Amino acid sequence: MTQLALVIDLNVCVGCHACVTSCKQWNTSGWAGPMVDENPYGADPTGTFFNRVQTFEVGSYPNTETVHFPKSCLHCEEPPCVPVCPTGASYKREDNGVVLVDYDKCIGCKYCSWACPYGVRELDEQQQVMKKCTLCIDRITDQSLPEKERQPACVLACPTNARLFGDVHDPDSEVSVAIRERGGYALMPEWGTKPANHYLPRQKTRMHISEDELQRADNPLSKEDITVYTGEETLDDVTW
Amino acid sequence: MHPAFSVIFLTTLIGAGQGLFLALFTGQLYASVQLIEPQGADFYTVGSVLSLALLIAGLGASFFHLGRPERAWRAASMWRTSWLSREVIVLPMMMGVVFFYGLFHYLGLTQPWFVAGDGALPIDATMVLGLLGVIVAFALFVCTGMIYASVKFLEEWHSPYTIGNFTFLGMASGFMLAAAYSAYLGNHLVGFYGTWAVIFTVLGLGTRIASLIRNATLKHKSTLQTAIGVRHRKIVQKSQGFTASSFNTREFFHHQSPDFLNLVRLVFLVMVFPVPLMLIGVSYVLESPTLPIAAFVIQYLGLVAERWYFFAEANHPQNLYYQSIA
Repeated sequence: MTQLALVIDLNVCVGCHACVTSCKQWNTSGWAGPMVDENPYGADPTGTFFNRVQTFEVGSYPNTETVHFPKSCLHCEEPPCVPVCPTGASYKREDNGVVLVDYDKCIGCKYCSWACPYGVRELDEQQQVMKKCTLCIDRITDQSLPEKERQPACVLACPTNARLFGDVHDPDSEVSVAIRERGGYALMPEWGTKPANHYLPRQKTRMHISEDELQRADNPLSKEDITVYTGEETLDDVTW
Repeated sequence: MHPAFSVIFLTTLIGAGQGLFLALFTGQLYASVQLIEPQGADFYTVGSVLSLALLIAGLGASFFHLGRPERAWRAASMWRTSWLSREVIVLPMMMGVVFFYGLFHYLGLTQPWFVAGDGALPIDATMVLGLLGVIVAFALFVCTGMIYASVKFLEEWHSPYTIGNFTFLGMASGFMLAAAYSAYLGNHLVGFYGTWAVIFTVLGLGTRIASLIRNATLKHKSTLQTAIGVRHRKIVQKSQGFTASSFNTREFFHHQSPDFLNLVRLVFLVMVFPVPLMLIGVSYVLESPTLPIAAFVIQYLGLVAERWYFFAEANHPQNLYYQSIA
């Protein structure tokens, strides 16, 4: 079985929100649209988004780290939002594992949003139906597009390539390799929802320099030298 | 969670409606074995109309919760997995049983088909409908309670106490209404219904206090660490990704101060439990026709506050992602 998903690399996400705006642009004019904005130029604008980029600060000053954290539907393998839907509007596609909402069946009871611990479902203020990330289902399944473009809008927009897209059930896919080799993890594993989307942790590139690398303890000239030095110039001080 | 008045009225009104039906049938059962004074058909007919009116009012309130109420009929389809869907099926069943129960009494179709238990218990159509109604009423209490208790992410609700509260408080309210109804008619059943109302109120107090204690010491499974997957004791959200509000900041927060929550809790603890019990007790002594009515009204208003607090108290794990606007 195929399970399409995103793998988000927190190591390279710079929090630019390009995925947020490209998602809104693509989906508001596509199958899942419109994603309505209410009161967009007023004091309290609100609108439907499938994807948000949040920012967290880890640690205390001066040892702090900024984590930019893109959050969208994780397309859980055990989606808790699906069985609670009274109308069957919420469903998980058999062929590719994408969790979707049938906007013609949704009654807007909001029960699925209660049953999602990640807060990734949003009720559209104008259409009054539940909306969520579709993994750009209308793009990724569109056979008329060149294969390179059959990817979610957010993935194509990301300037730092922080978003990978693929089948997490195929052990040799780019996403599976990334999860396996770079410590990919799922959010809130305590609920047993088995999110398909994974996150790659931030990694620091550190240089390890040991004392003997600086002192050159294995200098062959020093090894053979039996002279006892008392502060005078030695062979080590000579500029070669 | 955001306490929506549509759901608050749905659960309190149908609870009282189910409770009133159970009270009517309990009265009929007691009267048929001559334990209490038998009532005429009017008593059951008008009582059933009252119960049905409460159920319809509750159903009406629930439509205000829906974004697309015109599609509500679709909600009956997923009964295999969804407790909400099960409630959508059982609620009209309850209405149907109450309707026919009242109709049979109104038409006087109460000739016994046979007499059970050595001439002690005459079985007629209303008796069968009543028994069916008892099953359906309890099924409805379970469905309503399970809608909340089955959501494991809302840990304040995810407990058997939730079903206990919905059942006992609904029955307390319904029997209290039966006592008020009897007091209004001036018949001798005020004491009978009042006693049952006191019993259910005390049972409800037990489960409600138990759930309050449980929730006061509840340790939530999810933390900011598991939410973003970073192992560090100190994580602070600096931005939730937008500067104004969204569905996530409206639906899952009550936007009230802790003091206000404490006040609502105090109000419902006083109005649901001691005050109605005291009024019913005093009405025994004074044989007052108005005090049981006051007891029901005060308890019902208290239950509205109780349900408000029930929603406001629940803290959804998604709130971890929506802590800071900046």
